[in-house]
Amino acid sequence: MAKQIEVAGLDAYYGSHKAIEGISMTIEPRSVTAFIGPSGCGKSTFLRTLNRMHEVIPGARVVGKVRLEEQDLYGADVDPVSVRRTIGMVFQRPNPFPTMSIFDNVAAGLRLNGRYSRSQLDGVVEESLKGANLWNEVKDRLNKPGAGLSGGQQQRLCIARAIAVRPQVLLMDEPCSALDPISTLAIEDLISQLKQDYTIVIVTHNMQQAARVSDKTAFFNLAAQGQPGKLVEMDETSKIFTNPAEKATEDYITGRFG
Amino acid sequence: MTVQTGIQPISAARRAKDRLVQVLVYLAFALAVIPLLSVLWLVVKNGLGRFDMEFLTHSMRNIGARDAGGGAYHAIIGTLEQVLLASLIAVPIGLLTAVYLVEYGEGGRLSRTISFFVDVMTGVPSVVSGLFVLAFWILVLGMPFSGFAGALALSILMMPVVVRSAEEMLRLVPRELREASYALGVPKWRTIVKVVLPTAFTGIVTGVMLAVARVAGETAPLLLTVFITDSINNDPFNGPQMGLPLYVFDQAGRPTDTAINRAWTGALTLILIVMLLNLVARLITWWRSPARRR
Repeated sequence: MAKQIEVAGLDAYYGSHKAIEGISMTIEPRSVTAFIGPSGCGKSTFLRTLNRMHEVIPGARVVGKVRLEEQDLYGADVDPVSVRRTIGMVFQRPNPFPTMSIFDNVAAGLRLNGRYSRSQLDGVVEESLKGANLWNEVKDRLNKPGAGLSGGQQQRLCIARAIAVRPQVLLMDEPCSALDPISTLAIEDLISQLKQDYTIVIVTHNMQQAARVSDKTAFFNLAAQGQPGKLVEMDETSKIFTNPAEKATEDYITGRFG
Repeated sequence: MTVQTGIQPISAARRAKDRLVQVLVYLAFALAVIPLLSVLWLVVKNGLGRFDMEFLTHSMRNIGARDAGGGAYHAIIGTLEQVLLASLIAVPIGLLTAVYLVEYGEGGRLSRTISFFVDVMTGVPSVVSGLFVLAFWILVLGMPFSGFAGALALSILMMPVVVRSAEEMLRLVPRELREASYALGVPKWRTIVKVVLPTAFTGIVTGVMLAVARVAGETAPLLLTVFITDSINNDPFNGPQMGLPLYVFDQAGRPTDTAINRAWTGALTLILIVMLLNLVARLITWWRSPARRR
C-alpha cells in the first residue's frame, strides 16, 4: 500500500513569486519523513505540491517532477483529483465538515466519491476511527456533529477521515500545532502506528517532535527574505540532530537562529 | 498638555459624554422603531375588522361599488403564484451566478463584469422592470397580461438580491473546508454541492426569504404586467390576475369606507403571508442545522 515518492528539481510559484526552488529528494515508504525549517521557508508549500494541492490556490503553479513509484504526478494526462485520492492530507487546523456528523465526516471521502452500502461504510468508519485512536471516545455518539469534539479529537477525526479513503501516502501539515501536549502525544503515537501501513510526511515547527517521530528529516531554509526556500539537507533523523553535514542545520537545531 | 499617569477615576466630563452618547443611541433606536410600530399598529387596527373567513375565501366578483363584504381570495392566490414563479426563476439563476462568482470567477474580467451588472440591477427601480416586461414580453412577443409576466418582472428584482446574499454566504465558507474536501480526492463540483452549499445553506435561505419579502410587496411592476381583475384566476399563465399589493392599491383608490377597510385587511394579509413564509424558512434552517442534533 505504501509507496515511495521521488521529487526532482521542483520549483513552486505563487503568481510570479518563486516560493521554493530546486528541490530533489526521495521519500521512503513505510517511514516518517519530517520537514523542519523556519517560517516561510516553503515546507508547507512543498508538502502541498506532493498531492497537487498547491495549484488549488489561484495563480499557483509548479515546475519539475514528482513521481509516485514511477508515475509522474504532474504528467499531462494525470487527474489531480485522483492524485489527491491516493495521497491524503491532514491540515494544521482541524477542519471537520461542520454540517456533518462524526460518522459522516469519516465517511465523507467515500460517500462523496461513489456509492457504498451502509454496512460497508459502517466497517470503514469503525476501522478508520480505530486507526485514529478515536473509536472508544466517540463510538456512542457517531451521529453527533464532528464540530462538537475537542480540538485534539477533531484532529484525530480529520486523520480518520484522511485514512478512510485508503491513501498510499499521508501528508501532515503541522498537525499538532493547535493542540495541547496530551493530544499531541496521542497524535504522535498514532503516527508511529500509521507508518506500518503508510508513507508519512510531516511538517513541524517542533524539533523535539521531528526527533521523536521521524526516521528521516529534511531541513529547509531560505537564503534571505524574498528569496525562494531551498532544501539544505536531508538525512537520517539521528544524524541531522547529532551530526548534521551543514552548518546552517546545526545553527537551526541548536537554536542559534530561526 | 500633560500626560497623565497612574490609575485615575473616570472624569466627570467622560461620564457626561458617555451619558450623552447613550441617550443619542437610544433616541436613534426609538426613531427607527416608531415608524415600524406605527405601521404595524395602524395595519392591525384597521385591518382586523374585515379579517374574516369571507375575506380569505371570496373574490370581488359581483361586489358592487358600495357593497360591503367581498374578499381577497383571488389576490392571495395571485400573490402566492406570482412569488413562487418568480422564486423558481430567480433563485436557481441567482444561486448559480453566486457560485460562479465565488468558486470559478477568481476575480477575472467576466466575474467583475457580472458583479458590476448585479450592482446595477440592484438599483433598477421596480417600475422599470415592469416596463421592461411590458415592452418585451407583452408588446413585442404579444403575450397576454398574466401572473407569469408579473413573475418575470419580480424575478428581475429578486435576482440581484439573491446573488448578493448568496455570494456573501459562500464567501464565508472557510477555505479550509474546501481544501479538506479536495484533499480527500473530491472533485470541485462535488465539493461545492456537498460541502460548500450545505455549509452556507442557512444564510442562503435567509437571503432568499429577504428577496421574497422584498418582491411580495411590489405593486408597480404588477400593475404593468398582471393587470387587475376582480375574479379568481387560478392560471398564472393566462389572463389578468390579482395580487395583494394590487388589491390594496385598487381598493384604497375607491371612495367608500368598505373598500378602504378591505385595503387595510389586504395589507394585513400580505404582512402575515410574508411573516408566515419567514417562519417556514426559519423552521427549515433549524431542522437542517447541526445544532439540533447536539
